Amino acid sequence: MADFRIPGAGRVNHGKPVQFTFNGKTITGLEGDTVASALLANGVHLVGRSFKYHRPRGILSAGSEEPNALLGVDHGPARVEPNNRATVVEVTQGLKTISQNHWPSLERDIGAINDVLYMLFTAGFYYKTFMWPKSFWNKVYEPIIRGTAGLGKPPVEPDPDTYSSRFAHCDVLVVGSGPAGLAAALAAGRSGAKVFLVDEQTELGGSLLSETDASINGMSGWAWLKASVDELAGMDNVTLLPRTTAIGYYHQNFVGLCQRITDHLSSAPQGAPRERMWKIRAKQVVLAQGAIEKPLVFDGNDRPGVMLASAARTYLNRYGVKVGNSPVVVTSHDSAWLAAFDLARAGVKVQAIIDVRKAVPTDLKATAESLGIEVLAGWTVTGTKGRLRVSSVRAKPIDGGSEQAREFACDALLMGGGWTPSLHLFSHTQGKLEWREDAQTFLPAKHVESSRCAGAGNGEFGLANALQQGAAAGQAAAADAGFSGSGASYEIAGEIALGGTTLRELPTDRNTATAKAFVDFQNDVTAKDIRLAVREGFKSIEHVKRYTTTGMATDQGKTSNINGLLIASDAVQRPAPQVGLTTFRPPYTPTTFGAFAGYNRGRLFDVTRKTPIDSWAEEQGAVFEPVSLWRRAWYFPKPGEDMHAAVARECKATRDSLGIFDASTLGKIEIVGPDAAEFLNRMYTNPWTKLQPGRTRYGVLLGEDGFIRDDGVIGRLSTDRFHVTTTTGGAARVLNMMEDYLQTEFPDLKVWLTSTTEQWAVIAVNGPNSRNLIAPLVEGIDLSEEAFPHMSIAEGKIAGVPTRLFRMSFTGERGYEINVPARYGRAIWEKLMAEGQRYGITPYGTETMHVLRAEKGYIIVGQDTDGTLTPDDAGLGWAIGKAKPDFVGKRSLSRPDMLKTDRKQLVGLLTEDPKTVLEEGAQIVLDPNQAVPMKMVGHVTSSYWSVALNRSIALAVIEGGNGRMGETVHIPMPSGTLRAKVTGTVFYDPENTRLSA
Amino acid sequence: MLLIHCPYCDATRPEVEFAYGGQAHIARPLDPSSTTDEQWRDHLYIRVNPRGIHAERWRHIHGCGRFFNAIRDTVSDKFVTTYKAGEPRPELTEKEGAR
Ligand SMILES: [Zn+2]
Repeated sequence: MADFRIPGAGRVNHGKPVQFTFNGKTITGLEGDTVASALLANGVHLVGRSFKYHRPRGILSAGSEEPNALLGVDHGPARVEPNNRATVVEVTQGLKTISQNHWPSLERDIGAINDVLYMLFTAGFYYKTFMWPKSFWNKVYEPIIRGTAGLGKPPVEPDPDTYSSRFAHCDVLVVGSGPAGLAAALAAGRSGAKVFLVDEQTELGGSLLSETDASINGMSGWAWLKASVDELAGMDNVTLLPRTTAIGYYHQNFVGLCQRITDHLSSAPQGAPRERMWKIRAKQVVLAQGAIEKPLVFDGNDRPGVMLASAARTYLNRYGVKVGNSPVVVTSHDSAWLAAFDLARAGVKVQAIIDVRKAVPTDLKATAESLGIEVLAGWTVTGTKGRLRVSSVRAKPIDGGSEQAREFACDALLMGGGWTPSLHLFSHTQGKLEWREDAQTFLPAKHVESSRCAGAGNGEFGLANALQQGAAAGQAAAADAGFSGSGASYEIAGEIALGGTTLRELPTDRNTATAKAFVDFQNDVTAKDIRLAVREGFKSIEHVKRYTTTGMATDQGKTSNINGLLIASDAVQRPAPQVGLTTFRPPYTPTTFGAFAGYNRGRLFDVTRKTPIDSWAEEQGAVFEPVSLWRRAWYFPKPGEDMHAAVARECKATRDSLGIFDASTLGKIEIVGPDAAEFLNRMYTNPWTKLQPGRTRYGVLLGEDGFIRDDGVIGRLSTDRFHVTTTTGGAARVLNMMEDYLQTEFPDLKVWLTSTTEQWAVIAVNGPNSRNLIAPLVEGIDLSEEAFPHMSIAEGKIAGVPTRLFRMSFTGERGYEINVPARYGRAIWEKLMAEGQRYGITPYGTETMHVLRAEKGYIIVGQDTDGTLTPDDAGLGWAIGKAKPDFVGKRSLSRPDMLKTDRKQLVGLLTEDPKTVLEEGAQIVLDPNQAVPMKMVGHVTSSYWSVALNRSIALAVIEGGNGRMGETVHIPMPSGTLRAKVTGTVFYDPENTRLSA
Repeated sequence: MLLIHCPYCDATRPEVEFAYGGQAHIARPLDPSSTTDEQWRDHLYIRVNPRGIHAERWRHIHGCGRFFNAIRDTVSDKFVTTYKAGEPRPELTEKEGAR
């Protein structure tokens, strides 16, 4: 392979070769290389195919703004990641990299046919090309688009790496460690402020790393850099974070930083996180993110070998790599000349500098001539040639005829279109941008956070400006954070003043209709596409962006936005600021999901609440289901049983003799105080004043809108103390709602609310033998029918442990709910299991609980109700205290809409075929023969196989359901339309004889 | 993540400790039964949706548990001030309101 490395040059370690592979071929780079610099050192420019046209693409930049050189990287098993920018991935021994978006190979790619069919793929092609015929969309177009769209292949295995996160606070956060950032950090650090200096690159220094001309305070740039970094590293109050990207800037100086920790190591220390997300709150922020060079827009500006001039300079000075042996430079800005000079001094034969400006600075011209470089001022570039790498460039005088055009053979074309300040983070804060007509760019105007921009971010280019502004910003930031220090001054020598002009497309004598002059390289958007979008009526840049997809790729248009804007503004014939800039959003560069997830994965992804009896259920082989944050035993299969068999057995055992159920997840609120009953009167629909201590009542809670919010049994322990139960999922919501009314609407009431959900374990025993089971164990409570009837509560002891015992039932059988302090939950459960053996005691899970309650027509709030049902709709009108002057939601119940007879009402459904179990959520229609779309009048809310009835049962809400008893309704399903009869909601034991059996 | 000042704790804490509670200064009618359907509808459903200064309720749900009121700018998302429930909505000078 060709060798483009200059021995001893740059900041790479020439003594430490590193082998990695690119498409299976071994490439030797050096420690300190990126994949891009190592590939270029080996003469490789072709690294991928473009997104839409599959055009061969090379390396455009030397930084995180790279739109082209996206590779899949393979750090080992399950550590495969697509779309990594070759310009930021560091080489490690054994790293595998592969190019993307081609088949069968990078050099010969079938998809490149798109390049020939480019007329199909112009602006808005998604909307136009694939519109007709309509029937083709699902079966033909969409699969093809999905099959070919997207770059790279996502990994399929679980991520084996760990990721960490950390909070931090500091006085001054400096983003960017170029000269401006370093000067800011030095000024703030010397004042004693706590400083964080972060930079996305592997090494601190920013543009200084690519700079060899200037000297600072008599030192070379690199010597000053080393001295400065050493000084900062020696300050206890300064934290230096290279390889750390500030990805987002949020309210009140909250900044997200993603630090890369192990990717650059050939072997990572055991247990080290791959990345760390810092969440940092800074008193002051200094943004010193520099600027990104703009490409020039001309036909063929995307061929491999065409790259930014600043990138070529970086590869040369920082990595010791020549990007070619015979480059041509095309520019509208002085800075590109510096790349030509540095290359020429390194022995590269620079063919020509083509500058679109007629008048170029005389000192630059003189230097060029002294280096033997031909200068063509007032010339333009109109096209390039070369299939897999640029081989020649056509240039002509802007004012001259076509006959004056010249063709330059070259192996690289370096372009410089001026600079775009990096204002992404500033924009995250909603900071105002201001269009600067002279510089043809947006600059920061008003800061809304405690932040400052320094250096190129302010549109002030050059080393002297950067150092001065940085030092001033660092000093001011420290002062605002309460630290005083003195400013620093810097003596700069050897710097060249940099100026330039800004163009849209380069002038050309060729047909622009066939030109492929790219603006957005990653999304394959050309200048022509943008002009077409404007012709088709899109006037705002936000619309142009979405129609052409310019700036919408993963690079968020870092190299393309201003070119796109200027072309759109020209096409619309309106000034750029009126066309507007698209919005930058976090993250600044693509960030791994792992970094965002941090520790919150696997078991730590979400809270799993477990009851005191959960461990017993687990030991018994229970199958669990999640219910809000809880995990609950769903059913207890015996060997060989499926869910259906287990549930049938559990149901039968409970109705025949004795079932035991862990109801600990029920929400519980202790309501205490002299006004407790009055508070409940105002909150719940039911009357509470006359409820005697020792008795309970089923309570219904509405929202102020009159719709059911929650329900539960409430027991009165004494005149001033109630034990309230809520639904499992509603506990926190109900307590919050009660607190809200108590604090803000009824502050006159003397009431205290306490969550006791986790303080009580609750064991429900149901079935004809439930009293026989507990009677020998209970002390201090008379369990006789007269003393302790259905809907009672009492305090006493069970098996020697204090208990609040409820007599209640959610199954229709005689039932007790035994509340014991949570720490005794499992012991009492096991005691009951042991004592219950003689009755065939059977533990049951939530599925059986659902079946048994549905047989009785007991609703589950949130399943049979959906936030649009009133008590009357749900058949709970009896629970309304009609004599009460007011309660939450009462006024809404008399609104006209609430009184309509065609409201959806809860009813029972019995399928015509008793073996058919309806699907929950299935839609119900009255006339199955009507045209599609049919009028849907309701849906199935609960549906089960009932062992007790040996048939299916269902609950449903149906418009005017109460008036349809006995009618047949229809449930259209993919396999055919089912028929069911409307019934009442109580299927089993409507006389409630079993409650006391 | 926003920092929010709880006027009861007199402490500034991260947003995750707080829960939003809707528009502030909407008092429940003392006698809802005496309201017309239109008045009750307005009480239930009609809310301002300002671009700019908004008085709203927050609860320090993972702190002291108290509901309080806040003035927040819906454009910048910034809290202008917070104050205890029951206190009148503060009069903002134009400058304070303009963040
Ligand atoms: Zn508080």
